[in-house]
Amino acid sequence: MSLALENPVARGAAGAPLLEVDGLRVGAGRFAAVDGVSFDIARGEILALVGESGSGKTATGRAILGLLPPGLVRTAGAIRLEGEDLARVTPDRLRQLRGGAIGMVFQEPMVSLNPALTIGAQLGEALALHSTLSPEAQRAAALAMLRRVRIADPEGCLRAYPHEFSGGMRQRIMLAAVMLPKPRLLIADEPTTALDNLAQAEILDLMVELARDNGTAVLLVTHNLGLVSRYADRALVMQRGRVVEEGPARGLLANPRQDYTRLLVSAMPQRLPRPAREPGEVLLEARGLVVEYPGRARLFRRLPGKRAVAGVNLEIRRGETVALVGGSGSGKTTLGRAVLRLVQPTGGRLLFRGQDITRARGDAFRDFRLACQIVFQDPYSSLDPRQRVGEIVAEPLRHEPGLSAAGKLARVAETFEAVGLPGMDGRLPHQLSGGQRQRVAIARAIVRRPELVVADEPVSALDMTVQKQILALIRRLQAERGFACLFISHDLGAVAEVADRVLVMENGVIVEQGARDAVFDTPQHPYTRALLDATPRLS
Amino acid sequence: MRVRLNALIGGALTVLVLGTAVLSAFWTPQNPLRIAMRARLNAPSAAHWLGTDEVGRDVVSRLMAGAGTSCLVAALTVVFAVVVGSLVGLLAGFARGWVDRLLMLVNDALLAFPGILLALGLLAVIGPGPWGIVLALGLAYTPTVARIVRGAVLSIREREFVEASRSIGNSEAYTMMRHVLPGTVSPLIVLATSLFGWAILAESALSFLGLGVPPPAPTWGNMLSAARPYLESASWLGVAPGACIALTLLGVNLLGDALRDRLDPRSQAR
Repeated sequence: MSLALENPVARGAAGAPLLEVDGLRVGAGRFAAVDGVSFDIARGEILALVGESGSGKTATGRAILGLLPPGLVRTAGAIRLEGEDLARVTPDRLRQLRGGAIGMVFQEPMVSLNPALTIGAQLGEALALHSTLSPEAQRAAALAMLRRVRIADPEGCLRAYPHEFSGGMRQRIMLAAVMLPKPRLLIADEPTTALDNLAQAEILDLMVELARDNGTAVLLVTHNLGLVSRYADRALVMQRGRVVEEGPARGLLANPRQDYTRLLVSAMPQRLPRPAREPGEVLLEARGLVVEYPGRARLFRRLPGKRAVAGVNLEIRRGETVALVGGSGSGKTTLGRAVLRLVQPTGGRLLFRGQDITRARGDAFRDFRLACQIVFQDPYSSLDPRQRVGEIVAEPLRHEPGLSAAGKLARVAETFEAVGLPGMDGRLPHQLSGGQRQRVAIARAIVRRPELVVADEPVSALDMTVQKQILALIRRLQAERGFACLFISHDLGAVAEVADRVLVMENGVIVEQGARDAVFDTPQHPYTRALLDATPRLS
Repeated sequence: MRVRLNALIGGALTVLVLGTAVLSAFWTPQNPLRIAMRARLNAPSAAHWLGTDEVGRDVVSRLMAGAGTSCLVAALTVVFAVVVGSLVGLLAGFARGWVDRLLMLVNDALLAFPGILLALGLLAVIGPGPWGIVLALGLAYTPTVARIVRGAVLSIREREFVEASRSIGNSEAYTMMRHVLPGTVSPLIVLATSLFGWAILAESALSFLGLGVPPPAPTWGNMLSAARPYLESASWLGVAPGACIALTLLGVNLLGDALRDRLDPRSQAR
């Protein structure tokens, strides 16, 4: 299912480009977020703007619509849509263009739809502003568009509120709302970053399909090179506010000319050989594990609960990395919490070193808790913002018996060294970058030399190059220290880099498991195949 | 720039009032309690800067002493409300379940009464006096503090660093004190500042109604109350304490607003 076909519209229209950006500069004071960027987009073309956090790609996309965040201003350059300089038009004209000629899809579907209005009202809004259709015709157009984005019950959807839909559904509705007035240019800023790979592939396939049908050009702002190679005609690589390299998407990624592009390409996850080891003894075992969340209590009855984990058997051996993959809502995070008893299982048994610890209390539970640690997904919320990172990493040692104050200091320093942050212990979390914060979180997890580390999506909030470094760090630490790892992720690319074995989870049960290469090369279950297909990669 | 100016004015007024309150404990121009029946209702002069009252006591001295009483009562009230309210809010927010429901039931019942009305009722039971006021006003303000702390705790306890603290083997009590409580400090500071202003106003109102600190000890409220019959002949008697109350409230509120802008994470557009 390759959608990155040569675009007939782009090739046909040899005339003036749809959008020209010429010498754009965006900055705050003397700092330039975008520093002299020029490019153009032909009618119907899909252009990808690629870069990491801080590269200025989002500021570029927003500057086109005049929607820069407070503090940033456009200081130089021209932005011409069909010859009309958007930098010089009146605010009224710009408002006319926004949503009419130029549509925009934002990153967070949870916040970009107004929670207080029905979907119908929000779909109608854009049409009422930018077309002269009668209300009946507007409604018909809205229904047709919802059907196009494959919303199951379009009639009901018009009456529903945003909170009644999942993230993927909301992004589809958002897409419908934006495409409804048939814009000539669609700016999509990381439209699928908050979604899992399955939803991501679905949304982007739809977006490209709709754009092709309407002849809409797309500016796809993303950090994910896999998406670029799959969907874009042309790509622009940005670094620190400048364009580093530009060219046809496929060619650029296959033969990068600049060092930075090469670095980005090499940061794409690869399947690395795992060192052969004889399997250790079983460290942690779950038998028929069930986690049920109680339903909400209503006035006279209790709504049915949700079985997040519905009878899972798994075992983790000493020193191995077991990857747990699945889409959002598959129950993988709950399972990860449950094997650490951060969430109490409601059924089944949990064995640690052969001992039943499902309901253990006191010393037995304490031993287990101290031997197992967790690294969370979001390094921005997993570190207490008021503690210095040195204190954060030292905190687990409170419970380490027989360690002197000097011993603790030495252990903390040694751990900071091991995660590649020597001498950083005096900083506060907000003074560190995302990658550095995640290193601190890893340091906290390994400082007590645990036997098992559960890593819950440890890299999905990070830039590609940083992701690569963190995965390498986890691999190295594991080789040096020999802890077992339960690596939870929706991203099969990241999993391929670190896993020995893979478990695939769907709707609370494990549908497939096996050695990494077996699962990747000969997937048995349809869900596994769907996940593999949806994984962005360079092809 | 406007914010800075407001903060400066607010800070200066507050420091002035608190400074006067502290100073009055050691020195006042004259003894605020000394009665001089021959110098009744004197107009402002060099000897008495703001004149004398109906029994010849020096108004400046009484204002200063009143600042001391008012600030002490207000400060103790705030401390009482913040300590009790934080404990209740922390417990309710962290324990959840029936503990939360029970505490918040009582809390909301108390919140349903206007603070001053609640304090009036409590004072009628306890009887007037500085300690009675502290207790009554403190109890009247506790529910507000408890609500705010509970809200902050509820949002912080869902953050991953709280779960991280649990996962490294810390006890619930330690997690609560070390990781959750500090997060409630900045909203509390803002609240405490405005509570201080309310408490000064409420204390004045209660004293005005005769339920506050009993005479002869001077407070701004009972000075205002005593000045009522003489407003036409000796207006300075009413104007002086009224102006003091107004300026103090202005200062404290400006300071509170400035602190909120600085500390409230929701208005953090820095």
